[in-house]
Amino acid sequence: MADVSLKGEQRVFMTGNEVVAWAAVAAKVDIMYGYPITPQNEIMHYWTRLAPKYGKKFLQTEDEISAGFTMLGGVMTGRKAFTATAGPGNVLMQESAGMAEMMRLPAVFVIQQRGGPSTATVIYAQQETTLTAFGGNGEGHRLVYSTATHQELFDYTIKAFNSAWTYRFPTFVLGDGYQAKMRESLTIYEPEAKGVKLVQQQALVGENKPGKKFRHLRNTYNTEDELYEVVMANQREWDVMAKKVVEWSAEGCEDAEVVMVTHGVVSRAALSAYQQLRAKGKKAGFFRPITVRPFPDQQLADAVKGAKKVLVAESAYGQLLKMVKEALYGKNVELVPMLRPGIGITTEELIEEYNKL
Amino acid sequence: MQELKENNVLQPAIPRSWNEETKPHKFCPGCGHGIILKALGEAIDELGIIDQVVFGCDIGCSLLSWDFFACDSVQTHHGRTTPTITGMKRANSDIVGIAYMGDGGGYAIGSQHLFNAAVRNERITVILCNNCNYGMTGGQMAPTTLPGMKTETSPYGRDVNETGYPTKGPEMVAAVAPEGAYVARGSIANVRQLKGFIKKALENQLAGSGFSFVECLSSCPTNWRTNAKQTWEFVEKDMAEYFKVGELRIPQAKEG
Repeated sequence: MADVSLKGEQRVFMTGNEVVAWAAVAAKVDIMYGYPITPQNEIMHYWTRLAPKYGKKFLQTEDEISAGFTMLGGVMTGRKAFTATAGPGNVLMQESAGMAEMMRLPAVFVIQQRGGPSTATVIYAQQETTLTAFGGNGEGHRLVYSTATHQELFDYTIKAFNSAWTYRFPTFVLGDGYQAKMRESLTIYEPEAKGVKLVQQQALVGENKPGKKFRHLRNTYNTEDELYEVVMANQREWDVMAKKVVEWSAEGCEDAEVVMVTHGVVSRAALSAYQQLRAKGKKAGFFRPITVRPFPDQQLADAVKGAKKVLVAESAYGQLLKMVKEALYGKNVELVPMLRPGIGITTEELIEEYNKL
Repeated sequence: MQELKENNVLQPAIPRSWNEETKPHKFCPGCGHGIILKALGEAIDELGIIDQVVFGCDIGCSLLSWDFFACDSVQTHHGRTTPTITGMKRANSDIVGIAYMGDGGGYAIGSQHLFNAAVRNERITVILCNNCNYGMTGGQMAPTTLPGMKTETSPYGRDVNETGYPTKGPEMVAAVAPEGAYVARGSIANVRQLKGFIKKALENQLAGSGFSFVECLSSCPTNWRTNAKQTWEFVEKDMAEYFKVGELRIPQAKEG
């Protein structure tokens, strides 16, 4: 692993999984709980190498269900904790994610998407977008950051802990196998030295302070009405949070005839496709949700106001498309899907698709 | 133990660790949970550890204990109390973590967690109520349903050829847990002994020796459809015949 220090800032060249481990150290995370699954394994590998040097802990559990629930236990004692998974492991972790939604636990999950359904491939996909954004047996009161670069993996992993401990909704960093395994340059830094304040964690249980009042935490309710109040209170707080945390990126949408909508690593191909098309005088636009939950509905609707067509490209069969459809419901704009489940999308392919329109 | 008299009738003493605001408790008449939790409450009182305890309860009837004690408590998902308490103890070793569950939570849906927590010698205490069926969901066959016993999903009696024999939890835990673990099976038919087992289990955690596990033979007259006499006979004789009461693993005393 790279010989790196978190003092000040440093230019480094590393894989995305290593970036996540360093970001967790930078965010002053106390403990990671994990279970092996490709392509996220190296997050654990780097974490277990860093942990003793930084006074951190690690627990390898018996499965992803346990990794999720042990992490919730850690979080409840007021420790910054996280886990990482992919594919079928992400499916198993939804149970704990649901409990985190109901009990408002600041859990952090890093997802490095692989192919699906089932075991599929260990390599790459964007097929866990719906699962990660809406995987619980509820309304999906959670925050999902879809990263595109290694710099973002570092920045948003730190941000994920801050958001989780600020708003107390489970928070996901949605990466993929390409980001996990690819090596690229980024700047890692000590957040507080760069003015990024780390949110202080608080214990829900197990704090043995004099005069403390005990707490009884639950996720089960007796009546429909009782549950309704809880869910609606969460919904209202989520709505307030959504406005503050929603993130997106838009380029050239003001006069665009065709807006390309992509997220995650595909948005890098889309961004260079946009730049090349613009260089040739084409009226192309670029829009990318960074938070896929909450989805930037209004921002997308504004971005495509003048466009004739919206090209939606993703390494999945219609998961981003579904979110885009919902955001643009009732808008008079043609949607052109480019759906490639489990395979990457290049700049050239996007330009080719664009030129067919 | 203090003597409480109301209308000149001697009242049973309530453990100090109980949350009086939520009493009387929510269990059915004749249910064994209240007896187990009384034994647990008294053990907590005697050890004076209520400020350190984090009590976790599972799904099933055990969840009705979510506000039972005057200490931090967490109600989790079915089978997931063992990992939740494990995660807490790993993150903060100052707590005394107690995971309370039924036989379904421990031996069926959460068996992988119980097994692996035992293998890793997690410094937590698991207390499991064995009442031979799934009580809250209406009396289905459990891993612990006795051979031939009628339940909602074995209406003609448990057929061991099709469904196997009842799970012997403490025997399993005792077989896989490393040195330092404490494993016992008690019964509501012998509360004094049961309290002793639970106390030793908690002491084992306090000493940091290893995993501690106590299965408690318990009653469910509501789903068994038994009267008081039949209930007691079933716990004392039928269950105890199959599930042997006693200590299975005791950590060796440290030298010096």
